[in-house]
Formats: sequence, C-alpha cells, structure tokens
Amino acid sequence: MLNRDEDILQAAETWQKQGHGVALATVVETWGSAPRPAGSSLVINDDGTFLGSVSGGCVEGAVVTEALDVIASGQPKMLEFGVADETAWNVGLSCGGTIRVFVEKVG
Amino acid sequence: MKLEILKELNVERAARRPVIIVTDTANGDQRLVKAADIAADPLRAELSKQLRMGKSGNVEVGDKKLFLNVYAPTAKLVIIGAVHISQALAPLARSLDYDVTVVDPRTAFASPERFPDVPLVAEWPDVALPPLNVDRYTAFVAVTHDPKIDDPALLHAFDRDCFYIGALGSRKTHAKRAERLRAQGAKDSDIARIHAPIGLDIGAVSPSEIAVAIMAEITAQLRLPPKEKEEAA
Repeated sequence: MLNRDEDILQAAETWQKQGHGVALATVVETWGSAPRPAGSSLVINDDGTFLGSVSGGCVEGAVVTEALDVIASGQPKMLEFGVADETAWNVGLSCGGTIRVFVEKVG
Repeated sequence: MKLEILKELNVERAARRPVIIVTDTANGDQRLVKAADIAADPLRAELSKQLRMGKSGNVEVGDKKLFLNVYAPTAKLVIIGAVHISQALAPLARSLDYDVTVVDPRTAFASPERFPDVPLVAEWPDVALPPLNVDRYTAFVAVTHDPKIDDPALLHAFDRDCFYIGALGSRKTHAKRAERLRAQGAKDSDIARIHAPIGLDIGAVSPSEIAVAIMAEITAQLRLPPKEKEEAA
C-alpha cells in the first residue's frame, strides 16, 4: 500500500507501444541490509534508458546490461548481487546485503 | 511479463484497486490476481496475507517457487479539522507514506503557516470531500469537535468504505454523535465502524501523543488480521 515508485510501469507500457523492446527487473528476494525491498523494480528499454531502482543505484548498471540480453533473447534471468560474490561486490552492493533480481521481457 | 498483464496491472493501479502478480521465477510463467478474486484463488491464504502486509515475497507451492508481487494503492489519510492534533498527525502520517489532506472550512485554522507543505482544503466537507476520491484505502479522521463539520464528513466516509474511521470525543460525546448520525440516516453498522474515543489507549496526553495513538490504531487496522484487530481495539 505504501509503495510510491510504480509509475515506471506506465512508462514500460508506453515504451512498448512506441515499439521499444522493454524489460522489467524486479527484486524478488533480499537478505541482510538490502537497500530496496522485494517488489522494487526497474524498467529498461532497448536504448538502455531505465527508470526506477532495484538497489538505490548500486547495481543498476549491471542489471541494465543483463536486461538488454533479456530483451534480445526473450528468456527471463535471475541475477544475484551481494557481498558473497566477488563480482557483485565489484559492482557495488556496499551496504552488505544480498539481492536477487528477476529480469523478464515485456510483451 | 505479457503486455496484456502489464496493461491490466496499470488499469487496476490507476483505479486504486490492489493486485498481485504471481510469477514462477523458474520459467517466467505469470498471472495477475485482482484483490476481488483472491477469495476464490487456490493461493488465497498466501495472497491475502501478503496483501494485508502490503509486502511482496516468495512462497513455495509443491515444487514451485512463486514470487508474489503486491501492488497496493498508496494509502490516504483525510483529516477533518485543522486543529492542534492535526498539526502533529499530518507530518507523522506523511512519514509513514500516507498521502495526507487536511480539510477545515475555518480559514483561521486551515492556514499554510500552521500546516507547511500539507495539502489543505478550506471548504466545507460537502465541497471538499468529493474531489478527494475517498476510498477503501483511505483512513478518515474527524477531529474538529464541531458536529457541523464532523458529522457530514463522517457520513461521507461511511459511503466510501474507508478502512479506518476515527472521531475525536469522549464516550459521552460519541453517544450524542451516534444519535445525530442515526437521525441523519446512518446505520448502526456504520456507527460501529467509528473508532471513538479515537486512538489506541496508550495514555496519550499531548497533541503529538494523541497523533501517535491515532496512527498506531490506523496501522493496526491496516495490518492486523481481523481477529487480532478486535483484540487491539
């Protein structure tokens, strides 16, 4: 009830209507002090333009890259970011949490 | 997400109707469940729990792991009365992410100096309330102590099925109010929905403490399952 960042879903619909390839990335699980709760989402179009957030800015860059693959392939992907993972640490979830992000194509 | 699901999701959200998207994260299979259809859904227990908490989460059903993404409207709080309690209540409710509006036809009370940054409507309830789209996801609080203002506002709240209705006043004041509202056509079941005296009984004295008691009661109404709600009231 108290979620204010959902208008990005309207943008997803608009981009789709304009003929863009669009992906939706959603936080589905968090452990520890993750910055954004499950259900937070990011929409990405085939230009690499994105709206919303899944981590408050830490891993969005990596999610966008993966989302472009998902737009191209049509196959959903589960991503995991966290301190346990050296690469993820490098992209910077420095708050010490772990998140799983489900990325799917829209349309 | 299929385009039809996204479109339907956006339509429901625009209408302030809650929905849950159920996703099998192993293969991307997805369906949309409207709040009105939860009772008939095989996952009704899980869906209603997540919706009540306003929280998305995972459930395991058989060998499937499903993600339940809850899209619930932003809760509103309508405060009738730009009084001292409201000056504490409005910022507190905003910190809890409510969309807050204060209504009071008395312009000396409903002044921006007293309510910086809070939407104020200095009109009588019959003019102020219809454009506010008071709905199921609205908590409604009447605190003017003036029947000319509070009573018509409460009648409006009954019609709109607000999840919480509270009114300031002692038991005695409330008994008189109940009589007046009945005389204006309110049903006993409507009157029973009014939380009065308003707020959880935490011994609140100052306006700020009363605001805490009110927000605690609203939170309980929003989040607790029906049985525990009765115990908290």
